[in-house]
Amino acid sequence: MDSAVSPKAVEERIFDVLGTFGASPEAINREATFEQLDIDSLDLVELAQIVDEEYDVQVTTEDAETLKTVGDAIDLIAARMS
Amino acid sequence: MVDGERCVLVTGASRGIGAAIARQLAADGWAVAVNFRVDEEAATEVVESILTSGGRSCALQGDVALPDTAESLIGAAEAELGPLLGLVNNAGIRADGLMATLSDEEFSRVVSVNLEAAFRLTRCALRKMIRARFGRIVNVASIVGLRGNPGQANYAASKAGLIAMTRTVAAEVARRGITANLVAPGLIETDMTADLEDSLVGMVPARRAGSPYEVAACVRFLASDEASYVNGATLVVDGALTA
Repeated sequence: MDSAVSPKAVEERIFDVLGTFGASPEAINREATFEQLDIDSLDLVELAQIVDEEYDVQVTTEDAETLKTVGDAIDLIAARMS
Repeated sequence: MVDGERCVLVTGASRGIGAAIARQLAADGWAVAVNFRVDEEAATEVVESILTSGGRSCALQGDVALPDTAESLIGAAEAELGPLLGLVNNAGIRADGLMATLSDEEFSRVVSVNLEAAFRLTRCALRKMIRARFGRIVNVASIVGLRGNPGQANYAASKAGLIAMTRTVAAEVARRGITANLVAPGLIETDMTADLEDSLVGMVPARRAGSPYEVAACVRFLASDEASYVNGATLVVDGALTA
């Protein structure tokens, strides 16, 4: 766990990753749902992999199923880092 | 194709179809990790022939039927040869017997090598390929997986499962630039079929067994840039046996 990473930095990184998955940058915000952004289950698998590699935080398939909005994902990741 | 280094792992590549695949992929510019279980000498020969031709290769021992082998093989392949962007699940065994007499052990051993090993290796490889936005998976099935064959219920089940699994993978990851295809060989001249050839050749319209290189050439195509829109396909290589 890396306590030096701020929640804001996590948010920026997640926004950035979602952009690489094809979500349009102007549509990405905490309130946007993954469905609205056309982010599918394979994208979430890859996002979980990135989060594991970069923050040593594990997000399981079961966790992913409960995430509806971008903010849900950021909050979950930030909570597990602290 | 992703620029720069690209490494492919070929399981069961010390001889037969696997060795031919290793050589052909090396000729196409892949750095080839040659997996073997017991025959280190034969695997080393394959590696040396690739190195002599100016390619990059290494031999990796590992029994793919063991649960931890997938991670260790792919880790070792990447450490030696660079990012793993190709996987050929070729390792296979048979333990024939009529269904009414097949033991649990004969069934599970064949499924373990022919299907479960491919599952674990593919899962591990996909993690790399998804991030790379590129990947080539080619699995070696059999015409027996498409039709069935008396005395090979275990083998047929494993190969039919491999076909279904591979097609599913193709549908899951196609949008990441990854393809997953199969070749389905018929009667091919290898150690595995040495005891069968004479009795079966008469049934093959081509009137001969195929060579490992004729199968490997198809794998080479499916792993190439040119095959980028071929996904979830099974290429039958059987001299018209099932035509």
